[in-house]
Amino acid sequence: MRRFPRELLVVKPFFRYRCMHTLPDLPYDYDALEPVISSEIMKIHHAKHHKAYVDNLNKAEEGLQKALSEKDVSSQIAFHNALKFNGGGHLNHSIFWNNLAPKSRGGGYLNNGQLKTQIEKQFSSFAKFKEVFSSQAVAIKGSGWAWLGYDTRTKNLALATCQNQDPLLATVGLIPLLGVDVWEHAYYLQYKNERPKYVDAIWEIVNWKNVEESYQKAVEFSN
Amino acid sequence: MFALRRLATNAIISNTRAAHALPELPYAYEALEPIVSRDIMSLHHTKHHQTYVTNLNAAEEKLKTALSKGDISTVVSLEPALRFNGGGHLNHSIFWKNLSPESTQPSEPLKKAIESSFGSIEQLKDQLSASSIGVQGSGWGWLGYCPKSGCLKIATCANQDPLQATTGLIPLLGIDVWEHAYYLQYKNVRADYVKAIFEVVNWKDVSERFEKAKC
Repeated sequence: MRRFPRELLVVKPFFRYRCMHTLPDLPYDYDALEPVISSEIMKIHHAKHHKAYVDNLNKAEEGLQKALSEKDVSSQIAFHNALKFNGGGHLNHSIFWNNLAPKSRGGGYLNNGQLKTQIEKQFSSFAKFKEVFSSQAVAIKGSGWAWLGYDTRTKNLALATCQNQDPLLATVGLIPLLGVDVWEHAYYLQYKNERPKYVDAIWEIVNWKNVEESYQKAVEFSN
Repeated sequence: MFALRRLATNAIISNTRAAHALPELPYAYEALEPIVSRDIMSLHHTKHHQTYVTNLNAAEEKLKTALSKGDISTVVSLEPALRFNGGGHLNHSIFWKNLSPESTQPSEPLKKAIESSFGSIEQLKDQLSASSIGVQGSGWGWLGYCPKSGCLKIATCANQDPLQATTGLIPLLGIDVWEHAYYLQYKNVRADYVKAIFEVVNWKDVSERFEKAKC
């Protein structure tokens, strides 16, 4: 059975035999993404929200391991909700921190290359792509994520949205390349109810180098 | 037959009432401090609730047009917008009245019903709190009345799904656990917000809803 590249989809547990997930460090300081995202938001988002997903994922996995060892099918199924929510939360945020970079480190700038060419081919222009992506992100009802993903079946880029922390690949079948978190905790302290302003601003700090790397790996895998 | 249906539809459309409007709060924006800050109340009411009202009116206009044309596909496609914005308007209209700066107590009949369904008011608070805190993503925790059994029940709804249309329970008390309802003040600590909000529950309003629900 073909397996998707681990580094794109899997957050590596810390210990080899004891499967315990840990909160990844941010690749920059809490204030590095200002003024687009405040240090207050980054700190709470990373140290509280993401940490909670990690802690609760570890608890859910422990419960699942026990249910598996006891052949308790009902409990296995009952753990699914917590696994999807917290596992998805951990996957999504792990991708998100790398999807962003300060302008001083290339954030917001997409070089000419395979990804830019493909975006322009599929969306007619980079501006049009941003417009469509943004409108989908803004339109999410409640909490969720907007994604640029890669479809290995059609070998094309695709846009999608997911509710809550539903992880992209498991839910929609696309390899995640770029995610924008539109849960209110991602922007409310700074942008209040104005989600469109946050989505508009976040383009200034997208780490296109990281997105392009993920895209190239996804293309390589599907060839 | 189609002419008759068209006539009936037109009659319904022409008799439908005017656009929905944002209800006024029964108290000043700062009245619920320190439990819910003035900033939150102001944004929550004038921005979030107003947006649901505006978008509900827009969706209903489209619905009227689609109905008048017999355009079933558009009627069906409008459901998410109606549910989200209609639910948002319904839920928040209840919520503002569910809260009060005045100190209130449940009526005797409500107290008895709570004790019968949950054991005590404290146990109701514990269970409603746990359910509300446990909502994944955006949503509401509810105390509702089940017309079939005559019992009180706790339920949660995702996003702005309205309680009665979704579960059949009649809403008595709702706790909004969308992050916009508390984040500016409580940050990620939803549990602190849910615990605190019981201090401003308008038990008089909850009791009145219970009396109406029983009829």
